[in-house]
Amino acid sequence: MAEPLFSVRGLKVALPDMTRKPLIGRAPLAEILKGLDFDLPRGSVTGIVGESGSGKSTLGRALVRLLEPSVGSISFAGRDITYLAEAQLRPLRRDLQMIFQDPMSSLNPRRTIASIIAAPLKQNGLGDNLRDRVAEALQRVGLPQSFAGRYRHQLSGGQRQRVGIARALALSPKFVLADEIVSGLDVSTQAQILTLLERLAAEMGLTVAFISHDLSVIRRLCQQVIVMREGRIVEASATDALFDNPRQDYTRDLIAAIPLPEIDAGWLDIPSAGKPAP
Amino acid sequence: MSACLDIIDLSAVLANGQRVLRSVSLTVQPGEVRALVGESGAGKTMIGKAVLGVLPSSVRIVEGDMRLEGEDLGRLQPKARRTLIGARTALIPQDPLTALNPSRRIGPQMTDRLVRILGWSGDKADKRVRQLLDEVQIREPDRVLRSYPHELSGGMRQRVLIAAAFAAEPRLIVADEPTTALDVTVQKQILRLIAELQREHGTAILFVTHDLGVVAKISQKVSVLYAGKVVEEADTATLFASPQHPYTRALMAATPRYTDPFASLKPVDETVLAGLAAEIAAADQAWSRPHG
Repeated sequence: MAEPLFSVRGLKVALPDMTRKPLIGRAPLAEILKGLDFDLPRGSVTGIVGESGSGKSTLGRALVRLLEPSVGSISFAGRDITYLAEAQLRPLRRDLQMIFQDPMSSLNPRRTIASIIAAPLKQNGLGDNLRDRVAEALQRVGLPQSFAGRYRHQLSGGQRQRVGIARALALSPKFVLADEIVSGLDVSTQAQILTLLERLAAEMGLTVAFISHDLSVIRRLCQQVIVMREGRIVEASATDALFDNPRQDYTRDLIAAIPLPEIDAGWLDIPSAGKPAP
Repeated sequence: MSACLDIIDLSAVLANGQRVLRSVSLTVQPGEVRALVGESGAGKTMIGKAVLGVLPSSVRIVEGDMRLEGEDLGRLQPKARRTLIGARTALIPQDPLTALNPSRRIGPQMTDRLVRILGWSGDKADKRVRQLLDEVQIREPDRVLRSYPHELSGGMRQRVLIAAAFAAEPRLIVADEPTTALDVTVQKQILRLIAELQREHGTAILFVTHDLGVVAKISQKVSVLYAGKVVEEADTATLFASPQHPYTRALMAATPRYTDPFASLKPVDETVLAGLAAEIAAADQAWSRPHG
């Protein structure tokens, strides 16, 4: 077995709990991730699924070190990055890219699409042939070259997300964090964006952490799945095994709660929420 | 017996003359759930707002009739119309947090409507609200009635709004994406609750959603909308067995299914979109001739 790209051991993250912040002074810490162990194999897409409050987004932000863990270790490409300072992280940043849910808020409104895509290239010393590199990035995500001079508000939601993908992939990173990247998009647009990411991940050999609440999408895109609940891993396994043979009741409930687009008169009467399946 | 809701050839335009509803016709029979499904901009929420008489001022109805249990809403004086709509309809909104007043306790927010619009006594309203909270399986009614909205979870707030909607025994409920903001396990509980209460009370529901999965589970009839036009209308079972319109088929193929991952999530074909654009243009041309 090749060495995994990410190796995470005993990971705990605590964040200030603003709901319990006193009027004066610091908010007490709440433990969001309560000890996680997992690997992300190279060149594969791993789904991270869970309901709101499960800690899946916090996990993603810890992986790309937007957050500092309180306990445990994160090793990336064989190197311990758990407590690296920002200056030490900088050379690694080009290999740790992100695509977020709402490209409207992650794209600078006053910059052209070309300048948005070019920014990380320049920061990483790839400022030569910028025009060509931007053109290549646009072409990769299926946007016409005429989009280079446009601004984010001139784009549809799906087009904005293509720009988000183009920006993340412009540096040919090793790892991409995709956090709920199609929530809020229409179903027809969602299919376009996901099949685009699926194709690019395979072509470029990317390692992807795909955070989503939608298990149907995860089954299509991911080779393995991590199911999270309340800051812990409930179950982690290969995708087909998880769906064909879920080991935990919680996983079974999550799958059973998906309303498939097909007639099933008994669906609303199936017991759920913690009860074992018959 | 007349239909609970009858919409006939409803057209609406924006101030710039752009059509946003295109000769929409649909019927909801008593005790029936009709789903209105479509993507953003399809006009599904707008139809719900038109029925409830709460269209934004930028949208003007230019043609068509709406009948609520046989009463022609267009022929009523504004005040009489509001009273009729208030007495016979209710709304279950998408986001319970914005639908509830954050600075008032749940109790008075629920009883107000019964007292003010229906003229019930405070006692009667209170009893009724408690009965409905029980029906939506809220086990601590006292605590919930005393709570402020932010003190309840999303699922709990949605239960409160479902209880409030059914409390006045409306004939018709407009449910506007009532489970879109919820986690899947909570969504399933809420859908089941709506289905149970709907059957028990015999309420008709106009159920607005973007999710064909939800359509399949909750409705008996369905209208598929695109750009303010009903492109297909059918019994829900028939629609899923043999979708007729290319757009309906494309929507179904685009919807992800964990049971069949590689036959689903298909991007909508350009020819389908071109066909839709032509269909809309032809309809608008036919419509604009007599309407100048």
